[in-house]
Amino acid sequence: MNLLALETATDQGSVALWRDGVLLSRECPAGEQSSLTLLPLVRAMMAEAGLAMADLDGIAFGAGPGAFTGLRVACGVAQGLAVALDRPVLPVVTLEAMAYADGSPQVAVYLDARMNEVYCGAYRRVGEVLELQGAITVCPPAEAPLPAAGDWAVCGNGVPAYPALSQRLAAWPLGGQRVPTAAAVARLAAPRLARGEGLDPALAAPLYIRDKVALTVAERLAQGGKA
Amino acid sequence: MLVLGIESSCDETGVALYEMGSDGTGTLLGHALHSQIAMHREYGGVVPELASRDHIRRTVPLLRQALADCGRTLEQVDAIAYTQGPGLAGALLVGAAFAEGLATALGKPTVPLHHLEGHLLSPLLSASPPRFPFVALLVSGGHTQIMRVSGVGQYELLGETLDDAAGEAFDKTAKLLGLGYPGGPALARLAEGGKPGAVVFPRPMLHSGDLDFSFSGLKTAVLTYVRGKELDEQARADVCRGIQDAIVDVLVTKALAAVKKTGMQQLVVAGGVGANRELRRRLNAKAVKARIQVYYPELEFCTDNGAMIALAGALRLAAGAQAKAAGPIAIRPRWPLSELTL
Repeated sequence: MNLLALETATDQGSVALWRDGVLLSRECPAGEQSSLTLLPLVRAMMAEAGLAMADLDGIAFGAGPGAFTGLRVACGVAQGLAVALDRPVLPVVTLEAMAYADGSPQVAVYLDARMNEVYCGAYRRVGEVLELQGAITVCPPAEAPLPAAGDWAVCGNGVPAYPALSQRLAAWPLGGQRVPTAAAVARLAAPRLARGEGLDPALAAPLYIRDKVALTVAERLAQGGKA
Repeated sequence: MLVLGIESSCDETGVALYEMGSDGTGTLLGHALHSQIAMHREYGGVVPELASRDHIRRTVPLLRQALADCGRTLEQVDAIAYTQGPGLAGALLVGAAFAEGLATALGKPTVPLHHLEGHLLSPLLSASPPRFPFVALLVSGGHTQIMRVSGVGQYELLGETLDDAAGEAFDKTAKLLGLGYPGGPALARLAEGGKPGAVVFPRPMLHSGDLDFSFSGLKTAVLTYVRGKELDEQARADVCRGIQDAIVDVLVTKALAAVKKTGMQQLVVAGGVGANRELRRRLNAKAVKARIQVYYPELEFCTDNGAMIALAGALRLAAGAQAKAAGPIAIRPRWPLSELTL
């Protein structure tokens, strides 16, 4: 089974190819927009593996949360590839990919959401599966939920980005996973593809979490603003 | 040659298929469009982030609909054209990412296009199209420009707005009158019941001697006029009439001046404001006197759409333009049309 994974939720984009348990992965060059190099990297990686696009059985992508435009580049490219190849799409939550890559049995993930906020999610490993504890949230660093009682690891670029958060998390060990990677997205998506859990590309969507992006006219008026 | 066209530069998602025959005659085979106007109305204007979020929901279903409408498959597509700019960055990126992904998997090239080139060429989708060369008046919510169109990829800017676009002037003054968003079409409807000359607003730059426009002062003039007044139904209609006449008057005068200056016989009117009935009535009347021919795109192709993008892509390739190898995704949110070559 061959699975392609795309991850551009942060400015450190990457692509990965999963071939029956063997993983190839490439990072988009730093400083360049991932959108320029994403597909050329995919082609180079596929050529190196001796595979044609038609040999792919599914397309996975980092669905979010993360940078909105990055999520849409990964989702749009995945949709385009999947529609053309008539293959399923597998959206993977970025925070889950980070928790998976961290490897600890219990991981609290904090990804920088910019605008002085962090995306937060806590995962507990149960067998081969990561279970989300509660819900994924976006909040100011000072209000971010701390790990529950017991042994927890923490990771994510949201911790070093905000002193208000790193001070509160000083008692927990900080892992090396700063951002999500396509390799982790591929590893999580592969068993799901094998179980037939892929989606029709029309149903693939980014997971934004930060959903209030504008005020309606009615809301502006209620706040004493202008129509 | 079968070209797929994808448009996502602002608040409309469009997908279309255009086939160019070997004899140079083309046919629009299928097109599907989704307008986001209803979604943005609640916010009083286009919210770029929401526009991007909607584009990514709509693209796949619209593509499937366009293919199903004409019974073609993706394997039959020879090239994928899409709007590369100008427009909202996030919105453009959705169409570009999808198109490049699609083309990469199909092993077909892409044709990244200038949005306004689509509008300029859109009258060629009509049953009786104009022939090159012609003068084009491009009027929409985002653009007000007069161009000389000598052929595919040969465009010369003759004049443009120095501030607001004509469609923006319609929408902003409509908002002052409480007509909601986008209020331009509502303003035009109300204007039909207004008395000509009852309310007169200034015609900015009417006698400037060039082909440029300025519409931002109209907002102030309208605001000054309506401030403190209780307007009954008729008075409101009269104000609408006054606004529409001021905008249309300038557009008609400058468009005809451009035709005269270039010595051409054909005028093409494209963009959303091109659907305005008063503009069409006045232009048609003047055209008879000036012995010129005025062409409008079909009403459904006045607003943004995928058909004009598929058409522009097919015409470019037929004119010898090189398609691009699929892969790199690069958008151009700001892109002067003057930088365009074949």
